Formats: sequence, structure tokens, C-alpha cells
Amino acid sequence: MTQTDTATARPARRLPPMTVIGPVVALIALIVIGAMLNPNFLGYANLTNVLSRSAFIGIIAVGMTFVITAGGLDLSVGSMAAFIAGLMIVVMNAALPVLGVGLPVILLGVATALIAGLIAGLINGLLITKVGIEAFIVTLGTMGIYRSLVTWMADGGTLSLDFGLRTFYRPVYYDGILGISWPIIVFALCVIVGEIFLSRGVFGRHVAATGANAEVAHYSSVNTTRVRLATYVLLGLLVGVATIMYVPRLGSASQTTGILWELEAIAAVIIGGTYLKGGFGRVWGTVIGVLILSLIENILNLTDHVSPYLNGAVQGVMIILAVILQRGAKTGK
Amino acid sequence: MTPILALDDVSKHFGPVEVLHGLSFALYPGEVHALIGENGAGKSTTMKILAGYQPASSGRILLNDAAVTFDTMRDAEEQGIVMIHQEFNLAELLTVEQNMFLGRELRRGPFLRGAEMQRQTREHLARVECHADPRAPVQELSNSDKQMLEIAKALSRDARVLIMDEPTAVLTSNETEILFQQVRALRERGTAVMFTSHKLDEVKAIADRVTIMRDGKVVFSGPAEGLSEHDMAEAMVGRELSDLYPARPETVPGEVVLRVRDLDVPGHARDIGFELHRGEILGIAGLVGSGRTEAMEGLCGLRPATGAVEIEGEPVTIRRPSDALDRGLCYLTEDRKTRGLLLDKSMRENVTLQALPRRAGMMIDRAGEERILDEAIRDFDIRGARGVRVGNLSGGNQQKLLLAKVMQSEPRILVTDEPTRGIDIGTKQQIYRFLRGLADRGTSVIVVSSEMQELIGLCDRVLVMRLGRITGQLAGRDITERGIVRLAMGIAQEPGSRTGQGDVTPASNTIDADRPT
Repeated sequence: MTQTDTATARPARRLPPMTVIGPVVALIALIVIGAMLNPNFLGYANLTNVLSRSAFIGIIAVGMTFVITAGGLDLSVGSMAAFIAGLMIVVMNAALPVLGVGLPVILLGVATALIAGLIAGLINGLLITKVGIEAFIVTLGTMGIYRSLVTWMADGGTLSLDFGLRTFYRPVYYDGILGISWPIIVFALCVIVGEIFLSRGVFGRHVAATGANAEVAHYSSVNTTRVRLATYVLLGLLVGVATIMYVPRLGSASQTTGILWELEAIAAVIIGGTYLKGGFGRVWGTVIGVLILSLIENILNLTDHVSPYLNGAVQGVMIILAVILQRGAKTGK
Repeated sequence: MTPILALDDVSKHFGPVEVLHGLSFALYPGEVHALIGENGAGKSTTMKILAGYQPASSGRILLNDAAVTFDTMRDAEEQGIVMIHQEFNLAELLTVEQNMFLGRELRRGPFLRGAEMQRQTREHLARVECHADPRAPVQELSNSDKQMLEIAKALSRDARVLIMDEPTAVLTSNETEILFQQVRALRERGTAVMFTSHKLDEVKAIADRVTIMRDGKVVFSGPAEGLSEHDMAEAMVGRELSDLYPARPETVPGEVVLRVRDLDVPGHARDIGFELHRGEILGIAGLVGSGRTEAMEGLCGLRPATGAVEIEGEPVTIRRPSDALDRGLCYLTEDRKTRGLLLDKSMRENVTLQALPRRAGMMIDRAGEERILDEAIRDFDIRGARGVRVGNLSGGNQQKLLLAKVMQSEPRILVTDEPTRGIDIGTKQQIYRFLRGLADRGTSVIVVSSEMQELIGLCDRVLVMRLGRITGQLAGRDITERGIVRLAMGIAQEPGSRTGQGDVTPASNTIDADRPT
């Protein structure tokens, strides 16, 4: 870092270019490689499939961007998603005899998911901000709790949505408008709203200020407790939204549902250029991170050159590369 | 006498910007050398080059008349050149003893010799009359103890050249005197000492030789003998310096705008009561640790406090800073680097942060922000590239930016804590003018300060605090250094006698000041 005593240091208006274009270049490279390796890669069916499947992680990663930008972390989202999925299924199955197959049951399930997500986010947030426990520890704890709860509810097996109801609910994952499936539409909406609020909203500015230096934010009359709490609640709600899109896909929940989602979401956020220690974040970068991760998996599945079992290894390399790029940019070298 | 360390035609540039132009001056053994200049004149960079933290772009560094290159600070340290930074270089979570021996721990085989290191630490600290516990974590020390620890650490390394960047900025006058005794002792032993300071009376008191920098050039380097404080100030600023403090108006203060009664800040201040009038500048004096800052932070909702506060005749409850802001009460922190500014962000994001929810609705208007920044740069004379990281601005410009930021919320009562700490005389003058101008236009201003001259020169009235309580009030011609010291130390003592905060009589309701006794 160049530290000058004069006020005329080099102009730093432009962001260091590699952090901005790095992820974009990587994404384009992946698309080119994919297209060369398999002609079906750019086909409608494949792209829709990849995007729909990445929508769950994507929706969660949008919320995670806010949490990390504010200087926090949430490891519980994968387990939370599994628990909410299980809860939705239990509630909808229980209400089925009364309400019958139809919209009311689905709405009840949706409400359950949103309320459960909100409460789960609130619990994480309150423990972190009011009780003052490290985010890592709180969410490590709740991660175990939700995972165990869903295993218990399923009695070690699988919770399945009633067959009739499953058929009724299925289109929420598989259908869409103008050939774009619902998960993709919902993901896109979350991204657009999230990007606007993070980069242009007062809330987003306060989130970044809190992450950059909570003390400065406090002395600038920002209610940092409320800001941090709000990011966890927002993330909880978005986990609820992601679950609403996820349940119609398989119509079931088990102890393996949503496993490692938290790490994929965090990885996507970091690859997208958000600082892990907080203070700077961008939602559009997170989208690129999500796409990079899911395209790697997809390409490995489509080709014979590299075993798909190496998926995790390739993703791991990408995450480390992204952080190296970030650090290079911050030291100005 | 040959110089021990000298710069010969040294220049430095960062990218295309040259910040130091052809510097030449020399440090001699057994001499105290003051390096002075306005913020941004290049003092810190010069010191970093001397101590091997940064390479010079051109020119030579001479050690005992031989050209040397220090690749790292460690090279310089091995030659006996030690630098103490303005920002502390201490591991906050480690203890005093662990910091003292960091990197050179005493050992027997694979084991640390803890008792021996503690004993030596105590000895080194005793030499600078610092009574911190070697086993205490550094984060529990007061700023001045941290400074003393840094100095003790440097002394323990047998420095031949000791370079100190603003060592007295965080010290009280008493601690400064202890430091100067140590510096004199070092001088006797033949050490070359270089330091920077914005306090010209200190320079006058201790320096044998003075180098004055302006805009990256040396404008004077020679014996301190015969150089008055006024000469130094003018050479630094490069123009005639009229009065440092603006004239006080003859008008009587207006009605009471702030009435505080029985304000308690647990652990720091008790029974704080005072009134503040419209258009008045009220000073708050007291030693470091007397609860000045904490009382004001409690008033402004920054830390828990109880008490009765009335603003413009209306009782108000202030629980958090935004409550205070809603009532037109705003606090400017003494600590611009860790509490005042987001150092990694640009000026634009910093200047609007405080006033954001009031200026904007849900969304931020970028163009509007740029306009606000334009105005701030113009009104407060902030110099620096627009997009630059705020951490790269000089201290004076950071302070002006902080003031601009606080003023965005248009406070009617402005509490400033050490508004001119660590900034040069030219910027000080600007800030004093600005505060007086504010008061003239009807804003009420509180100035918390450790600089007695500042309180005497600027304030209409001064409250003095001691051990968490207000011990007295001085107004008009009664505001004198002697008067303030008497109240700050406890009335019984004769001002000028050596009285550390450590040995105050515990007869009164002692409140733990944030320093070990």
C-alpha cells in the first residue's frame, strides 16, 4: 500500500480492474470452454436446467452478500433450508385433509416457509447482535440444530409431500412464463432488488459502513445493531423463498437436503468480489459467482475429460484464485 | 563533528507524484533534532526513509558518512536506528511484556524465561516512569501508556538514532515532561534523537536543531538557537501568520439551549451539570482520563448514561446517537482514524454518512452526493484528489473532512472532541475560525481539549473536570493556564509541582480513570 503524506496520492477513482473484470472473464472463459466441449452446452434445455438448479443457492447468496458485507457470516443456511423444507411438508400434509389439494394449502406452505425463515434469521441475528456471540459460533450452533431437527422430523428417513399435492405444486419449479422457469424469474427479481438496495440504497450504504468499521458507523449515528440484525433477517427470509422454489422440485426433504449450500453460497459471494471481512459487496458479482460454480459442475458432467467427482476440487481452486485476485487489488500490486 | 545519519539530495515519488524534492539535512549524535512542517509537508515520509521503511527514489542516505541502503526496517534497526510510529505498533491482545520482547524473546532451550522478561520489562518501564503492569494486555492500557511502552521498547534496543513521529500527540503535559527527561538523558549518552511535533513550544523547549519542511522541501535546517516559535510557524506556513485565534465577539451569550443535570456515565463521569447558551463556545478541560470524552459521549447517546437533559427548554431522552441528531446535537470524535472516518472509502461516502437518512429517502442520489462533496471541499478547503482513499489524506485534511461530515447534519449544538489534535498550525487556524463563525451564526459549540492554549484562546467559558466530576468553571479573563491546572489537578496542589494522576488523593469519590494507578 502506498502511504503518502501529501494529499495528492494517485487517483483511485477507478476500482482495480482485475476485481471487476476477473470474475466476468472467468465466466466468459467457462462458457467458451463449455460450448467447445459439448454442442448441447448452450442449448435451451441445458441452460434452463443449470440456471433453475442454481437459483436456490443464488437466492440465498443474495442474502449472504448483505450479511458478509456488513461484516457477518451465516453457516446455518443449508440446514435452515432443509428444516424449512421439512416443516413446509409436514404442515402442508397435515392441512391437506382439511383444505384439500389446491391453492390454499400451497399458500399455507409458502407462509410457513417465509415465517420460519424470518424467525430463524431473527434468532441468529439476535444472538449475534444482542447477546454478542461471534457469528461463526452462533450459526455453527444453529446449523447443527436445524440439521438435527429435520433428521428427527423425518425420523432418519425422508419426508415426502402428499402425491396429489406434489403434482399440483410441481409447476412452480418446472413451469414459467415465456420459456423462463419460475426459479430463474424469482432469482432474477431478488438480484435486481438486492443490487439496487446494496449499491444505491441508504440501507446498503449503512451495511457497507458497518462492515467497513462498525465503530465509525456508530459514531456516525448509524444504528449498527439494527443494520446487522436486518441482514440476518433478510437472509432468513430469502432462505424461505429459496425453499419455496425447492420443495416442488423433489417434493421431499431429508437429512441430506441443502447439504453444503452454506459453503456454496459463501463461495459465490467471495468469488463475486465481496470482501469476506466486510465493508464492500456487490450483488451482481455474487450472481457471477453462482454461475461460475454451477457451470463448472455442469461442464464436468457434460464432458468425459475430467471426472465429475473432481467438481469440488475445481470449485475450490476457483475460490482461492478469487481471493488471491482480491488481495492483489487491495495491496495495489 | 560528523553526522551519524544524513540525507543527501533525497527525493521520493509515488507513481508520477513527487512528494519530496531534494532533501538534505543531518542528525548528529547527542543532539535533539525537531522536524516540523504542516500536515502534508512530507515529514512522515521523510522519517520513514530515514528509518528504512521506504526506499528513497533518488539521492543518498549517509550513515557515518558512508552511503547505505536499508532494504528493510530490520536492516536499519541493526544499525541502531529505531523509529516509533504515530500509530502504535503494538499487538493489542498480547501483554505488555510480550510486546516488549516480541521477536527477541529470552529463552532457555525451547522455553521462555517469563520471570526474567517480566523483571526486565518492569525495569525498562520504570526508566520512563510508566507503571503499567507487564502482565496486562496492551488493549487495557491508556494511549499515553502505550506511547511510553513504545518508547521503552525502543530504548531497550540500545538505539543510536531514535526517530519519533509525533510522540507527544497523545500525552498529557505531565507525561510529555517525563518523556523529555528521557530524551535529555538519551542526549547525554550521545543518542541522536529526531522527532516531529505540532507543538512549537515543545520544539522550542527541547530541540537543539530544527529542520522545517514545506511542500516536500526543506526550507530551513539549522540550530534552534535564536529561532522563535513565531519564526518557525511562519516558515512552516510560508506566509505571515496573523492571530491564531479569532476575536471573541463583544455580544452577550443568548438564551440557554442545552441544560444538563445529574448526568451519570457509569464508571466514567458523575453528577455532570451545566448550561450552554446560544452562540457560545464552551470549553471542557481536564486530564486524559478525567471523563471528559465519556461524559460528552454519554450526553450524545454514544454510551449508556442517565440524567436530565433539556434542549431548547424541552426535556429530551437520548438513548442512541440518532436521537441526539434528531435534536440537532452532534458529536465530533477525538479519534478520526478509528471512530470518525471510513479510511478505505472515498470522501463522497464519508461526507454523507452521518446525514444520509435525513438527506435521502430510501435511495441515494449520487449526483446529489457529488454536489455535497463539492460544497464541502470548497467550504472546508479540503485538499486532496477526489477519488482518493480517505486513509491516504493528510491528518489536517481528514480532520476537515470529518468536520464537513458532521456539519452535513446541520447541528444546532456541536460537541467537538480534540478538534485540532495532530494537525498543523495553518489548519488549526482555519478550524478555529470556522468554529467561531458557527457560534457567531447562532450554533452552540462545546470544545473538549487537552491543549490549554486552545481553550484559553478560543472559548468563552471553560468547565474543568477531574476524576469524573466538574470541579469548576472559568470565564473571560479568568481562563488561565494556572486556573485550569489548579482545577484539573485538585485545588490543594500548587500548579507546576509534579503531580501525576497516579497520586491523586483518594479522599473524594474516586472513579476509576481508565489508567492504572
